[in-house]
Amino acid sequence: MSEALLDMNGLEVRFGSTIAVRDVGLHVLPGEAVGLVGESGSGKSTAMLAVLGLHPPGSAAVTARRLRLAGHDILAVPERTLRDLRGRVAAMIFQDPLTALNPVMPIGSQIAEVLVRHHRLGRSAAMMQASALLETVGIADGAGRLRDYPMAFSGGMRQRVMIAIALAGQPRLLIADEPTTALDVTVQAELVRLIRGLQRERGMGLVWVTHDLALMAGVVDRVVVLYAGRVMESAPVDLLYARPLHPYTVALLESLPRFEAGPPRVRAHATRDVAPAAEGCPFAPRCPHRFARCAQMPPLFEDRGSLAACWLLAR
Amino acid sequence: MNRAPLAELSGIGVRYRKGGDVRHGLIEIDLAVAAGETLAIIGESGCGKSTLGRVLLRLQEPTEGDVRYRGESLLALKPHAMRRRRQAMQMIFQDPLASLNPRMTVGETLGEPLMVHRLARRWRDTVEPVAAAMRRVGLDPATVRRFPHQFSGGQRQRIAIARATMAGAELIVADEPLASLDITIQSQILGLFEDMRAQGGVTFVFISHDLPVVSQTADRVVVMLGGRIVEDGAPRAVFREPAHPYTQALVDAVPVPDPDAARRRQERPAAAVAHGTPARPDLCPFAPRCPHLLPACTHTMPPLRHVAPGRRAACWLHGDWSPP
Repeated sequence: MSEALLDMNGLEVRFGSTIAVRDVGLHVLPGEAVGLVGESGSGKSTAMLAVLGLHPPGSAAVTARRLRLAGHDILAVPERTLRDLRGRVAAMIFQDPLTALNPVMPIGSQIAEVLVRHHRLGRSAAMMQASALLETVGIADGAGRLRDYPMAFSGGMRQRVMIAIALAGQPRLLIADEPTTALDVTVQAELVRLIRGLQRERGMGLVWVTHDLALMAGVVDRVVVLYAGRVMESAPVDLLYARPLHPYTVALLESLPRFEAGPPRVRAHATRDVAPAAEGCPFAPRCPHRFARCAQMPPLFEDRGSLAACWLLAR
Repeated sequence: MNRAPLAELSGIGVRYRKGGDVRHGLIEIDLAVAAGETLAIIGESGCGKSTLGRVLLRLQEPTEGDVRYRGESLLALKPHAMRRRRQAMQMIFQDPLASLNPRMTVGETLGEPLMVHRLARRWRDTVEPVAAAMRRVGLDPATVRRFPHQFSGGQRQRIAIARATMAGAELIVADEPLASLDITIQSQILGLFEDMRAQGGVTFVFISHDLPVVSQTADRVVVMLGGRIVEDGAPRAVFREPAHPYTQALVDAVPVPDPDAARRRQERPAAAVAHGTPARPDLCPFAPRCPHLLPACTHTMPPLRHVAPGRRAACWLHGDWSPP
């Protein structure tokens, strides 16, 4: 088995007295695509920012039993090493390319910047490489668009520019945080195709962070479901949809609107006016199966290839 | 549709001037909304679906054409007569935090329509109806003194819905009311719309880009592209057998929560790819991307015509005419 690109175990992120992420593990191999799924506030983005060491030390307290990125201990290496790992070992693309891109810098320079820093290319070699990267991500006439500013592109095209910047460092792990959420379905489908194609071609590991469980079916090999900062279920994609184990995963799948089904099944437990429990299983207050034991947080139980944190699986 | 139209758009055009260019927001829109129906409008960003919703409520004046409500032309109404009509015509927006006044409590937000439309004479008289409205949308009346930021996104959207219904709305235009909400909250809000429909009396125009949601909630769907209606009909029929290639492209792009089906789809070549035919406002807006491009598509816009009972499409592939 090849070395894991991301080897995370027992991650915890605290903001003051608020615990945003607790005991989250994630393992990504080269060429593997993992979906990190959760509703807003589930801690999915917070966990991924910790992987890149992007939480400012003053604001968040990040601890983990193990947090290794391509063998480097993220919690132990100096900031200088972190800066070198970001972009070259792991790169991230964000939901809103208009905020992530520099609005007053032509896109060519934004791509070239990465090439100069990580691959020590000269300015003109970097620009040539930048135009090739634009064509790789499906922007025709890359050379002609190098001097354009982000505003000159549509939302989908801007996201392609973001992907080109991410690819510039030739990362081994790509972290995509809701990269298609703000886009039209047709554009979303094109980007999924592009990212998945590039990931396979280059053997990159991929972590796709999203709230959209329907989208994950066609994108990843494995899905990790988070709720209130904890892992509820972790399963191969086929098993997750065919045989969800955790009541929360079941609730999520039931609330997905489908073409062929009748009206959506609105269940009382889907109501989120109920706050997650601070102690024990966070889903318990909404769970139709809760019982006394749920006051304690269950460990992840293994059941025929899937893992789920639910006492119903305890034997 | 044999029900009398509640609202009707005929020959609507909206044009903007930007620099020296003329931009087309809406082009030749003919659409009748029947009383009691739920009509969904779908299409990509910039297709004109929100503009259509705004024109329907006369929140925006069209450049040409007429908007009729219960047979009466809205465009001819004086401001004060229009204000009276607004009691029956309401809008719900995508982002409730932006559409609710942050300095007004829920009680003030919900009571205000009653005061404005003189359904209550004193604020004291709004207490009972406000509490009833809060209960209807599943909010605790004890929270009546709270401000919008003290509620979750789903609760805020329920406040916005309650506000829209305070003064007895007949027509509600909801512009992407679910887009900013988590999936489990979406089904909660959909359930609320479902209840409102079941109680009767409300006609919904639901602007969305979520096809599965539309297929479950709407009686009729209108597909828009480039400021035009390219297809309409019953959602199940439209999505099962799209008449317009753009509708087909939309259907093909919807994520399916089924790994096998999703993989099969990804193995097929991409459906619609730009092939360089420039988009022109006088031609089919899908022509630049259409996999079935015919010679006629490059010089004449196909009219929106019936291709089956209750079904219209603007495409030379359909109907029993021969393309010019």
